[in-house]
Amino acid sequence: MASPAPRPAADEVRPPAGPPAPVGTRARWSTVPLVVRHLVLAAGALAAVLLLIAATDTVNTMRIAAVGYSVLAIAGLQVLIGASGQVSLGHGAFMFIGAYTVALLVIRLPMLPLWVNLLITVAVSAAAGVVVGGATARLHGPYLAGATLALAVGLPSLAVRFPELLGGGNGLAFTTRGAPPALAATVSTAQWQAAAVWFTVLLALTVLATVSRGRLGRRMRAVRDDPLAAAAAGIPVGRTKVAAFVLSACCGGLAGACQGYLLGTATPSSFTLALSLSLLAALVFGGMGSLWGALWGGAALVYLEVWAEDAAHALSLGTSVTNNLPIVLFGLILIVVVLLRPDGVHGAVRDAAGAVRRAR
Amino acid sequence: MPPDPVDHLLSVHGVSVRFGGLAALDDVRIDVPAGTVAGLIGPNGAGKTTLFNVVSGLLRPDSGRIEWKGRTLRRHRPHDLAGLGIARTFQGLNLFGGLPVLDNVMVGAERFARGGAVSMLTGLGAHGRDERLMRDRAMAVLEEFGIAGTARSLPGTLPFGLQKRVALARAVVAEPELLLLDEPAAGISADDIGALAELIGRLGERMGVLLVEHHVDLVMQVCERITVLDFGRVICAGPPEAVRADPGVAEAYLGTGEEAADDA
Repeated sequence: MASPAPRPAADEVRPPAGPPAPVGTRARWSTVPLVVRHLVLAAGALAAVLLLIAATDTVNTMRIAAVGYSVLAIAGLQVLIGASGQVSLGHGAFMFIGAYTVALLVIRLPMLPLWVNLLITVAVSAAAGVVVGGATARLHGPYLAGATLALAVGLPSLAVRFPELLGGGNGLAFTTRGAPPALAATVSTAQWQAAAVWFTVLLALTVLATVSRGRLGRRMRAVRDDPLAAAAAGIPVGRTKVAAFVLSACCGGLAGACQGYLLGTATPSSFTLALSLSLLAALVFGGMGSLWGALWGGAALVYLEVWAEDAAHALSLGTSVTNNLPIVLFGLILIVVVLLRPDGVHGAVRDAAGAVRRAR
Repeated sequence: MPPDPVDHLLSVHGVSVRFGGLAALDDVRIDVPAGTVAGLIGPNGAGKTTLFNVVSGLLRPDSGRIEWKGRTLRRHRPHDLAGLGIARTFQGLNLFGGLPVLDNVMVGAERFARGGAVSMLTGLGAHGRDERLMRDRAMAVLEEFGIAGTARSLPGTLPFGLQKRVALARAVVAEPELLLLDEPAAGISADDIGALAELIGRLGERMGVLLVEHHVDLVMQVCERITVLDFGRVICAGPPEAVRADPGVAEAYLGTGEEAADDA
């Protein structure tokens, strides 16, 4: 990994980089447990999202909710690829599992509340993650990518194979509840659903961020960089890789569940190979090195499509152009970003933030 | 089988490893008593690394056994070593390139962490205490090694000599009872070898050390007992003076006796 950082001389005197002396609020903040810090940040983010959906119309509220579950799916992929170094080309398969789990639960067991459905989805996705991750833990690079690719291609066809249970090519349609009656007068169904999605997403992101910045994240990176040396330090290599896979599968499943809950449908055509590849492309676009990359990636995934469609309509282009413009635009922007900033949008954002901090 | 003195940390008993028809190790015996620095030398291809891999659990011997503190190790795997109290360095650096120096060394301190899967997933319970403990131990070793100033650097940005030190710190931070060093002097300048010898000598007071090394002067200087391998067999074992005087060693390891005299 080539780094442009200046090479410090061997005898350069620098202050020891230990835990800083506790002075000021910043230092006190750093003594608060990681998970509490992340929960506070998540609460702030939820407040911001709630303000946003209160201020905008129904169409944009649905888009903001779509950004939410996209961010979660991409963030799961970031932990898998960025932290643990395993490439998955088939993460749409876990979204498929999540969406169909919620659909089946709503149709077959309508008495269950949403949060129970989501918890069951997490359990089902985790089980799928254990099976797939356990089977692929010994595979590297292109072989792992190939195996996960097969998953993305194969799994959605299950819906067609079992039409009685999974609804065939048309998938499953169901209705989800909106806001509770007490709030129904002030909160629209879309607003309630978007809030529920973002609440779920931010809670899951809190877990991901805590894992990523804590012991397990360090173990994953150690296994990614040098499995032999990680094993010598007592880290079980295989189990750490499976843990990353399961975590990532849970995020994918939960994201799929949120999508199903929002749209009220689960169809095989929503979970094509193109979706899996888009998630990966969005991660590269946002930046693979940080969970923040998922935010930019998720926003780009939803809004580039919207803007491309708007542009196509404004220019009154034909339908064949309109249908393909989002993909072309996304591809072009991805190429530009990778050429200019291999560390993605977040790399640029981080540099800009650093420049601002130094200037003050 | 003669009873071993109990103070042997590691005993390798009659270990043989064959790769196809080639005997990489043939009936090798090595003992590492507690609190000593034992050396293992031999020309390229003598089987030093193979022996290291057998002790590490990467390779199963075809015959013979490994005893750790009087207990035979069966089916141990590389990630069991740390828990047993054995740490190792590698011939390459094998540092975690994407992790800062401090985190590299913290990984070495993983055996002191008490929290299980739940604490790692939620960041609750023992997680905060584990992280503090590992960070403090890592910082202490970095300070002892005089490289505390590099804690936040990525290893790839450091000069080679410092990277070597980070790799050693990552092994030592585990406070192992036995430290396996695989060619620690490789690629290090002549000036730094004196400092390395002093460091290894100091470590030898705290833990048993098994040193595999090409650099004969270093081995002669720091080891109390040296085993010489050639073509997978032990051809000589004893204190440095005895090994130095052994004509078979000079011939196998250093070429002819005259060349050896020139080298020394």
